[in-house]
Amino acid sequence: MKIAVASGKGGTGKTSVTVNIALSLGKVQVLDCDVEEPNVHILLRPTDEGTFPVKLLVPKILEEKCDYCGECARFCQFNALFVAGETAMVFPELCHSCGGCSIVCPRDAIIEEPRNIGRVVKGSAGDIDLIYGEINVGEALAVPVIAAVKDHIDEGSTIIIDSAPGCACPLVETVHGVDFCLLVTEPTPFGLHDLQVAVEVVRILNIPMGVVVNFAGIGDREVYDFCEEQDIPVIMEIPFDRRIAELYSKGIPFVEAMPEWRQRFRDLVGLIGEEVEK
Amino acid sequence: MRKMTILSGKGGTGKTTITASLAVLSSEAVLADCDVDASNLHLLLKPKVKETIEFKGLNLAVIDPEKCIQCGLCEEKCRFDAINDFVVDSIHCEGCKVCVQICPVQAIDFVERVCGHAYISETRYGPLSHARLIPGMENSGKLVTLVRQNAKKLAEEGGHELVLVDGPPGIGCPVIASLADIDKGLVVVEPTLSGIHDLERALELLEHFKVEPLVCVNKKDLNEENTEAIERFCSEKEIDVVGLVPFDPVVTEAMVAGKPVVDYAPDSPSSRAIGEMWETVKSHLGI
Repeated sequence: MKIAVASGKGGTGKTSVTVNIALSLGKVQVLDCDVEEPNVHILLRPTDEGTFPVKLLVPKILEEKCDYCGECARFCQFNALFVAGETAMVFPELCHSCGGCSIVCPRDAIIEEPRNIGRVVKGSAGDIDLIYGEINVGEALAVPVIAAVKDHIDEGSTIIIDSAPGCACPLVETVHGVDFCLLVTEPTPFGLHDLQVAVEVVRILNIPMGVVVNFAGIGDREVYDFCEEQDIPVIMEIPFDRRIAELYSKGIPFVEAMPEWRQRFRDLVGLIGEEVEK
Repeated sequence: MRKMTILSGKGGTGKTTITASLAVLSSEAVLADCDVDASNLHLLLKPKVKETIEFKGLNLAVIDPEKCIQCGLCEEKCRFDAINDFVVDSIHCEGCKVCVQICPVQAIDFVERVCGHAYISETRYGPLSHARLIPGMENSGKLVTLVRQNAKKLAEEGGHELVLVDGPPGIGCPVIASLADIDKGLVVVEPTLSGIHDLERALELLEHFKVEPLVCVNKKDLNEENTEAIERFCSEKEIDVVGLVPFDPVVTEAMVAGKPVVDYAPDSPSSRAIGEMWETVKSHLGI
């Protein structure tokens, strides 16, 4: 079973929920798909077992063949090529690697070369396998790095996937193909607004979902009202507790200091299993 | 005109709370919410929308089943796995046009798609440029650029000397778009190990794009040791920590009331700390 842990709003506790589920279950594979700011490894402290570069094919113009006709630049939907006079330029950071320019070039003057945009790191912490992606600073495209992380999925195991915040392409790429999406939110107007946005995406993708209300006790009841109206189960509440926040600040998953939570996280996964069966 | 983006790397550190409060304190700024896929600034500033602009992102490929001869070439050449069984999956289509180009029977149309809306609004605290990406859509970077450009135009037209930009989390495409043509980047960090990790990457990003960094530690008393570590780290890098804001439950109360905290509870510890920070930020901005 593949469970994605997502949220529209950042800082609601996705990573904390991911790590605490993983530690409570044991023998799971954890993927950190928040490749802009991966944090799971800070809490799990894995041993490094290998790093794999993530490369994207980008065009290279062969000056000796190019006659500066400009077909490639006119075709490129991402403005990654520029041709004027006797100059042809590639802006690799804008390239989405569709391969279109090399197809349309009438003189076969464009070849593609791999360019490093990030890396995937594999490691393990006890019986948990962790795979996380990291985009190079200054690179714009998170999606190919997320896809590279997901290439390491071991279909046989239980897989917990930590997503980036937001509701755009990184979320879509992360939750694509999972069995269940756990949306972590906080009971505040910001939490509600961003939950509504995330729910829209998960609905479009037709993935079963449930909500974890973190920092329960602060704010108001609107998140609960929304979940009831929308018929989305609130399957866990984690209270606002200064002790949990202080543990997190030191990089300690709270199930390690509060072991009574382990069973609750195991029950949570049991509930998710039932929801998926439906 | 001076322009400052409030960013964080890690989400949920208090960017919007800080931006809204600085908006109140500056009373003169044009405001921009560049977190177009999970925008929150409007929940505190309560804008009256004056103008709505349709935002078209990249086009979408659509296969005409009447013309399609099911040769499978498009599926083979699409690098985004967006074509299955001769149907384009609109969620995965990047709008690259390769399939349209290579289809031997011209069975693929390339249609415009609305990816979101940009808004020009009025708030109690000044004009606001903001937007909403349709959930799941691509191209948030381009919409961010539109929001930023709209804010600049508002500032020019209204003679405002400051633009305050609420940035998205992360360090990828939308964040990069929110940093173009910006003087200062105020990074809001929480004193947690994850926060410190993400701060380092956010500062590297600012350095990469040559935007001058400032740092604000929010909820500084959550872990005083980490706060000191952040201050030491910044001082080694000669980066000014301009604000130290304490954890304060009134921040959530203000959010529920739909008001910037410095407006809702001006004498609260968090409001006082943000007020002090604003004085320092002003001197950095030279205003």
